[in-house]
Amino acid sequence: MLHTFVAYVEDRPGVLTRVASLFRRLNININSLTVGRSERPGLSRLTLVCEASAEAGDRIRASLFKLENVVDVDDIAQAPSVTRELALIKVAATPRNRAQIFDLAEVFRARIVDLTSESLMIEMTGVESKIEGLIEVLREDDGRILEICRSGKMTMRRGHHVSSVVRAMGVVEGESAEEDESVPESAADEAV
Amino acid sequence: MGHKGNAKTKAHDANGNAAGPAANAADANAHLTTPTRLTGSEILWATLVGEGVTDVFGYPGGAILPAYDALRKFPIRHVLVRHEQGAAHMADGYARASGKVGVAIATSGPGATNLVTGIATAMLDSIPIVCITGNVSSKVLGTDAFQEVDITGITLPVTKHNILVNKAEDLAHALRHAFQIARSGRPGPVLVDITKDAQQATAEFDFEAAKPRPYRPHPMLHVDDSGLAQAAELIRNSKRPVILAGHGVMESRAMEQVRTLAERAEIPVGLTLLGLGGFPASHPLSLGMMGMHGEAWVNHAIQEADLLIACGMRFDDRVTGTLSTYATKAKKIHIEVDPAEINKNVKVDVALVGDLREVLEQLLPRISGRDGSAWLKTIEASKGAVAVRDINNLPDSGHLYAAHVMHDLWRMTGGNAVIVTDVGQHQMWEAQYFHHDQPRTLITSGGLGTMGFALPAAIGAKFACPEKEVWVVAGDGGFQMTAAELATIVQEKIKINIAVINNGYLGMVRQWQEFFYERNYEATPLMSPDFVKLADAHGIPGRAVRKRSEVEAAVMAARSATGAYLLNFMVEKEDSVYPMIPAGSALHEMIRRPDHDPLEESAEDK
Repeated sequence: MLHTFVAYVEDRPGVLTRVASLFRRLNININSLTVGRSERPGLSRLTLVCEASAEAGDRIRASLFKLENVVDVDDIAQAPSVTRELALIKVAATPRNRAQIFDLAEVFRARIVDLTSESLMIEMTGVESKIEGLIEVLREDDGRILEICRSGKMTMRRGHHVSSVVRAMGVVEGESAEEDESVPESAADEAV
Repeated sequence: MGHKGNAKTKAHDANGNAAGPAANAADANAHLTTPTRLTGSEILWATLVGEGVTDVFGYPGGAILPAYDALRKFPIRHVLVRHEQGAAHMADGYARASGKVGVAIATSGPGATNLVTGIATAMLDSIPIVCITGNVSSKVLGTDAFQEVDITGITLPVTKHNILVNKAEDLAHALRHAFQIARSGRPGPVLVDITKDAQQATAEFDFEAAKPRPYRPHPMLHVDDSGLAQAAELIRNSKRPVILAGHGVMESRAMEQVRTLAERAEIPVGLTLLGLGGFPASHPLSLGMMGMHGEAWVNHAIQEADLLIACGMRFDDRVTGTLSTYATKAKKIHIEVDPAEINKNVKVDVALVGDLREVLEQLLPRISGRDGSAWLKTIEASKGAVAVRDINNLPDSGHLYAAHVMHDLWRMTGGNAVIVTDVGQHQMWEAQYFHHDQPRTLITSGGLGTMGFALPAAIGAKFACPEKEVWVVAGDGGFQMTAAELATIVQEKIKINIAVINNGYLGMVRQWQEFFYERNYEATPLMSPDFVKLADAHGIPGRAVRKRSEVEAAVMAARSATGAYLLNFMVEKEDSVYPMIPAGSALHEMIRRPDHDPLEESAEDK
């Protein structure tokens, strides 16, 4: 199954290597990894998505915690959460066929962020399937896509949790999500 | 270096911040731990003194020279090794024998890479050591400077943690943090790599201020009432329980608690290789070693059990055999300090994740007396069929078997010696025939199975326990891997007895070739120097032993010699370790002792 781990790690040289090396040792491929500053000074927040057996989740989380520079680890599992990905897509477009792409972008709620006589760049944020959808449509015209740059997934639990609350709860799979179940997931979700 | 600092050190004692011995050392050396301006090199040693370090094992070189230059000012004994692998093993042996943190030191580049095997050995067996390496100046880091190697990169997967220090002012904290990491939770090796300019620069040194943040236990430790109640319930209702005692029994000092559990609930105890000594071999409830070369009745008991209580062990593949057939009838309780070990190899029914001693202290009040006699009788009966060799009463056939040597060593030392083994057949024979009643009397490389471990680890053990009788038990193959450390023994004038179990083969590999590769003895016949002459070249006396009748006198000679002594036991060449579970087989599918085996079996001896 697909596992999503959110971890707070010390913002210093070599920490990412340690995290990545753990997955290398376990022979688990990292599907996506995003890292950036967090609300906690000196700590980076990362979202790591990987494919591993259902039972592996606890062990991976336990192993991540064993890394000296890892401060917090949350296994999002099936808990209610918001996941987004950012994509920049550069497509070949001339003044003649631009309008068509503008329409596509409109439908996908993407934005045009750069425009030249031969190409344009689309910025899009959303869930993975939505980005895949846009790419698929763009691909229908051979050779149109010139470059794709995707950020990988960023995930945050729904509800009032701050990272310290999540930690205090020990975050056993499914447990911490209970109080959020009243919030219908789809209600707050953007429609595609 | 005034009174102010002294008072500070005392306050630090009163707060109980440091471990016992470290606190005492800090007090005695208060003048060294007073806030003052020192070079990085001086900070290195002063911090070690503050942490209670009295002995380090190392080898100098360019990038660590500033540190060596400052060594004379500090009350630390430096043991010059002959190869840095020896330094890491010595630190490891020191830690295993004493329970304290062992320290190894080496220069950059090849000095650092030579440590790696020793570090990995400590990692796999959860041994607290701190390795210090010099590195090139921070200005040239990453430029392939002379003797530069990325040792923090290299050791990342084989250390619990490692730290690169390139500023003198970061050094004290990094080192103190390293000691904290090494000894806390599930212990392990930590490497601190110090650039040459960090050793040469000066910085304010304040031992107390460099104290690391309080140790944070692993957030996934989890012992709750329902888990304890469930465990107690399983124990109460079990008909055929077995306790599996591992290295954690020693590491968490839970010998008494395990024994209380076993005695109160009348549960037999099987031990892992590294668990030997954690439960007395002479105890009526002791079954002995389990696993690949464990006795048949131990493995049968595990396969027949309806409850396994795993205490500080990690279900290693050498213990379980094929997982799909392992103890299928048994519920499993796993008491373990490392949450990453839970459900790793064996799925357990109750996991009590915490320090073994603390968990057992919580569990024991819930355990009442229980009659285990029926199950114990069943196990006892199974011994009759297979039984152990009572070597003592065996007629002398003129042959010398390694089992004889182990048995006689055990008998003559009263089992009180610290035995440091290498890896291979002799290691298994030692585990089978030398009965350990005390913790920390068997020092052996279990997880990594590092040949060449014994001699240097024994040197470390001797430094940790100078009052104890220390024996190296090594095969002719492994002994040659680190035999250069004989010179270290002589230079340091220490008393170590060395038993080389010499069968002219890489015996365990030969045994696998015999069983699984149609006796194709490729690359296992082994030429060796005359070990007695080799010892003699170092000024170490010794003698060769060829007959069983000579064993006793030889062991006596070694024990009564004032200095080190080497015995070259010329044992039967193609002897094998029985029983044996072939890799990939179930625990009950063992290769038994052949009928023609000269070692008779009886139920008397255990």
